[in-house]
Amino acid sequence: MARLGSVRVPLGVRVPSSASAVPATTVSSRHSALVRVTHWITTLCFFALLVSGVEIVISHPRFYWGETGNVLTTPLFKLPIPSSRALVPTGYGYVLPDQNGWSRYLHFQAAWIAVLTGLLYSISGLFTGHLRKNLLPREADLSWRAFSTAIANHLRFERPSEAEAWSYNVIQRLTYLFVIFVLFPLVIWTGLAMSPAFVSAVPATVTVLGGQQSARTIHFFVSLSLLLFLLVHVVMVCLAGFRSRMRAMITGRAGTHMERA
Amino acid sequence: MIDLSRRKLILSGVAATAGVSGLGVAARIAQKYGLVPPDHGGIYGLGETLTYASQRLLTRHSLAREFPRSQISKPPLANEIPPLNEAFKRLQAGGFADWRLSVNGMVDRPAAFSLTQLKSYPSHSQITLLACEEGWSYIAEWIGVPLSHVLDVVGIHPQARYVVYFSIDPDWWESIDMADALHPQTFLAYGMNGNELPVGNGGPLRLRLPRQLGYKSVKYITHLTVTDSLKGFGKGLGSASPEGGYAWYAGI
Repeated sequence: MARLGSVRVPLGVRVPSSASAVPATTVSSRHSALVRVTHWITTLCFFALLVSGVEIVISHPRFYWGETGNVLTTPLFKLPIPSSRALVPTGYGYVLPDQNGWSRYLHFQAAWIAVLTGLLYSISGLFTGHLRKNLLPREADLSWRAFSTAIANHLRFERPSEAEAWSYNVIQRLTYLFVIFVLFPLVIWTGLAMSPAFVSAVPATVTVLGGQQSARTIHFFVSLSLLLFLLVHVVMVCLAGFRSRMRAMITGRAGTHMERA
Repeated sequence: MIDLSRRKLILSGVAATAGVSGLGVAARIAQKYGLVPPDHGGIYGLGETLTYASQRLLTRHSLAREFPRSQISKPPLANEIPPLNEAFKRLQAGGFADWRLSVNGMVDRPAAFSLTQLKSYPSHSQITLLACEEGWSYIAEWIGVPLSHVLDVVGIHPQARYVVYFSIDPDWWESIDMADALHPQTFLAYGMNGNELPVGNGGPLRLRLPRQLGYKSVKYITHLTVTDSLKGFGKGLGSASPEGGYAWYAGI
């Protein structure tokens, strides 16, 4: 017996979710359980990292390039926000409460969980063929024609076809690959490059970036890029059909027929 | 649909049991090799323990980066300091001649060192970066005596695991493990950029710990204690920082 909502149903019995017959497509799932679980753990970690990251930045909303930077040096740029430290000249007449203690604890805890989840996803993705089958662009995608069609469809905000509920298009594939294998590693690297203990063991982590403050500035911009990705991702999910896409990532069922019904 | 078979259930059960007992064994080993920080309790204990354990394994002997003299920050930054108390002002009025660093705990010869005594030991210097948890940083030359030298003078017991250090400000105390305490760049610093250590930067005596963030480099040090357990200090979380919501280990 398995629990579905509050109704106990025998295993193997499908619960008819609408008047239409259950289509054959529900037999295999759109996203594997591993993809779904790692997706939502990463989502939780991302929000924890975002909130705590904002809190940490508030204690010094100034950015620099090179090894050092402080209130006595000229910043590369400043965020036009008040600070949680009295020493920072922000132009605002008040100081926000200090939230760095729990923010730093939460930031690193969420980072650990995100990194371990990411490792699990990447390694299993290599073995199961998920990365090759679902994320690497298909051979047919790698023509200018296919590529420009995909871009044109996006620009026209065209609803994705039935087939696209079952696989990623080329722009999705390239974006996800970029986020997973460029932005995530970069944000982890620049984060570690700010750690005085870590760089004592691996100094090149920070020196190739131009210094500890450069690492902090890059970390900020990579985080902004990830936030931009998140916003576009959510908008695209809404455009493609929020309910069907959410169902696919939560239960694994694609069921586009529901959307059209 | 939830697709469960008996085999899958048994396999998941075995995996879960192995995972939980694996975690238990890992925790025992971590405790034995001193890889569990004193503030490991609570909801952030997992992240803290992973950070401390991995960095301790990776950085036991690594040296903080040192910089050429040309990279020393000019003008030097003096961060905000808490109001100095009467005891400090009295010692300051006397030119710090009566400043003492008392050392006790698990040592053969408890002692109280004057600044003159500390300066009579071979002086070392390092040009290192001080990074604050807030995000700013500066580079300075720090002059002092390695903490390990003073620990050699008093003779620490083999079971010593931590050094607890106290500021003249009673609310400000920290502790470090022996890997940090005996590290060649952990200084009792009394000079900066070729001069006496300014009061704004922690003078006359500051602990300098370049492999951790600035708040572990406690200013106005008057007392050290060598111990095998942090349970008896404050709330038992290792230092004043976790009591104020900040991590005990500040290597990141």
